[in-house]
Amino acid sequence: MKKLMLSLAVNGQVYDVAAFPHRTLLEVLRDDIGLTGTKRGCDDGDCGACTVLLDGLPVTSCLVLAVDAVEKTITTIEGLATAGQLHPMQQAFIEHGALQCGFCTPGLIVTAKQLLEEKPDSSDEEIRAGLAGNLCRCTGYVQILAAVAACRDGQLAGQTEAP
Amino acid sequence: MKSFELYDATTVEEAVGLLDQHGPTSKVVAGGTDLVTGIMKDWVQGPGMPYPDVLIDLTTISEINRIAVEDGALRIGAATPLADIAESAEVQAGWPVLSSAAHSVASPLIRNFGTLGGNLNQRPRCWFLRGEHFPCYKKGGDFCFAVTGNNRMHAIIGGELCYIVHPSDTAVALLALGAATTIAGPAGRREVAFDEYFVGPREDVLRENILQHNEVMVDVKVPQPAAGARMAWIKLKDRQVYDFALTSVAVVASVENGVWQDGRIVLGGVAPTPWRATMVEQALAGKDVQSAVRSASALIRNEARPLSLNAYKVDIAIGLTERAVLQAMAA
Repeated sequence: MKKLMLSLAVNGQVYDVAAFPHRTLLEVLRDDIGLTGTKRGCDDGDCGACTVLLDGLPVTSCLVLAVDAVEKTITTIEGLATAGQLHPMQQAFIEHGALQCGFCTPGLIVTAKQLLEEKPDSSDEEIRAGLAGNLCRCTGYVQILAAVAACRDGQLAGQTEAP
Repeated sequence: MKSFELYDATTVEEAVGLLDQHGPTSKVVAGGTDLVTGIMKDWVQGPGMPYPDVLIDLTTISEINRIAVEDGALRIGAATPLADIAESAEVQAGWPVLSSAAHSVASPLIRNFGTLGGNLNQRPRCWFLRGEHFPCYKKGGDFCFAVTGNNRMHAIIGGELCYIVHPSDTAVALLALGAATTIAGPAGRREVAFDEYFVGPREDVLRENILQHNEVMVDVKVPQPAAGARMAWIKLKDRQVYDFALTSVAVVASVENGVWQDGRIVLGGVAPTPWRATMVEQALAGKDVQSAVRSASALIRNEARPLSLNAYKVDIAIGLTERAVLQAMAA
């Protein structure tokens, strides 16, 4: 067994990482690249806390081998804010208090962002179905669904500066 | 997880050659959601289930990632993601039972990279098989822990020696549709009907299908349904959102003036293979479906041999079968 040189395009930047083939994308993102916004929850594909966009599609990065992400684009929660401005979905989660402990939030936000980009007029039911793979054990989902619906409907109070 | 050597196959034949060369500790992988991050990450192994040290990636083979309709029949490559099948307008229009089954697998986040071949060939979810410390028959051991242990999810039909239930949703739909699969091996390619594909514990407890170690599933071919065919898919889960099936039912039937002409009823989650309820089909043949379906479905009770904690699944199988047949009638 030897390490492979992986070139990973994360949030518009290319990272060269030497990793064994059994390392998951989640592990490499967090431990090698240092992007710890993507969370490790169940590490079993059940909870969705580790969701990232792989070639624009949300996937559980704990189930994807890092080597399978080569030559694809990867977007993590860190890649959403641009030029100091939060993404509207991040803004919506803040305005609606759509989190308590926040552990599921990065995964939920990237899934919800992709959902509305693919179908901007998603119905409430489509939003629920699209978020089905992202579990939240704090909120009961009510504020999360309200935040995504507000983002869809363009009903945000205003942008704040990203930290 | 132990590390492994990884090969990117560019053709099916290359993958077969690599399997042949590296022997039983080599495996093909596509999405990897079961093999890598299920079986290998959880150290599921034994004399009958050696831990893989060589993986051959199939996602680099474009031939097996596609959906096509050829002469009315549907052909889907084994490495096609489940989301593509669930969302395909062609599949939804012609084979809705398959798109519904594909849509009911796991969560949207997993369907985006989990593949059809992986769903069909994944290993069972039995919690004793998946537990590192249970040397059961399937791992080459000499005991089934489900017989005396917690068996509420296990088989009610066809169990013997081992009481796993087959975990695949798409397998249930494909068997109902009379589909076949192309298998590539060292001697070339052959087509096998799903009727002949699945293997129960009585035949060989170490496997769930006929696929040999040096063979690769290439694609799945689904015939054009009869004109006016009715289809239905129902999957009952412990959790409403996503889970493996407690019991699922696929129905594909021809019905004229309310009378059952021909069709298949297949259940998932009840037996070590997708299980065709032929006695229900026969009891419906030539009968008015609305009036015959209840007594026909109840015949499943004669076939069932539940364990200590799963007799409830017999009632579920009967009720769900009746409901699925009626849903197909309304389709």
